[in-house]
Amino acid sequence: MTLTFEDFSVGHLGRFGPRHVTREDIIAFASEFDPQPMHLDEEAAKHSMLKGLSGSGWHLGSLMMRMLYDGLLCRTASLGSGGVDELRWLSPLRPGDDLTLDIDVKQVRASRSRPDMGILTLGLTVRNAAGTVLLEATSSIMVSRRQSADEARRDR
Amino acid sequence: MPFFEDLSVGARRELGSFTFTAENIKAFARQFDPQPFHLDEEAGRRSLFGGLAASGWHIGSVCMKLLVAASKREAEAALAAGKTPAAWGPSPGFRELRWIKPVLAGDTITFSSVIETLRTSESRPEWGIVQARNSGINQRGEQVFSMLATGFLQRRVAP
Repeated sequence: MTLTFEDFSVGHLGRFGPRHVTREDIIAFASEFDPQPMHLDEEAAKHSMLKGLSGSGWHLGSLMMRMLYDGLLCRTASLGSGGVDELRWLSPLRPGDDLTLDIDVKQVRASRSRPDMGILTLGLTVRNAAGTVLLEATSSIMVSRRQSADEARRDR
Repeated sequence: MPFFEDLSVGARRELGSFTFTAENIKAFARQFDPQPFHLDEEAGRRSLFGGLAASGWHIGSVCMKLLVAASKREAEAALAAGKTPAAWGPSPGFRELRWIKPVLAGDTITFSSVIETLRTSESRPEWGIVQARNSGINQRGEQVFSMLATGFLQRRVAP
């Protein structure tokens, strides 16, 4: 059963994960997108502000996206996102971390320009196994209304 | 990279360009954002995006890649001129990230960064705090991506 806009209301939607992150994952992402010494090399990372090998903030954001997909969007008539109002990197991502994602629906509103969809504002919190918050973000996603999702399925 | 004291509000850095291909769009999406419109051309055409579209997190990560490469070039230029390059510290976050238009397979996005605010850090006097608007435009000159990023940059002389 695919979730549509009508299925959502303000409140805590759930906690998802855990997702395990290895040293190899951190180095592979950093090598491609963020090749700074603090994300690539233990020795150099010791002397950085974060004091030890840490994952790129964009890696952590991308992992949050994956957990958002696995936890919610894979069963939602999602139409994409217009952006991220705010994202804060609060603690570093470390090798061996087991991440969880808490999703809170902060606002539910109809689209003025598109009656076939609505917009959900989500509060997203990523924690490690110790419960330390690594990332907090507020982002909006566009979701089909039931009637339009049914029509799209029929047209296919 | 110059030091914090060398920067001024309004200064613009050209970060370079990146071409999003069906291959690199799908490779990123398989790992981090496997929604159908990021993985499959036909699903992309039927979506609001109108074609196979890059994940927004892919676009942001590519902007980071180009920022790191630009900083490396600037550090090398400083060393070549006999100067000490300044280092960037970790970023506390960003605001107002907008995926303004879809980035589709075949699009080449050119990124730039313009400084909006400069302030010193009370808790970390050896660092300055830089806010910059990073943005991307496609090959037709349309803005597709924008964000207000915050970063720490070393000060030349700590007070």
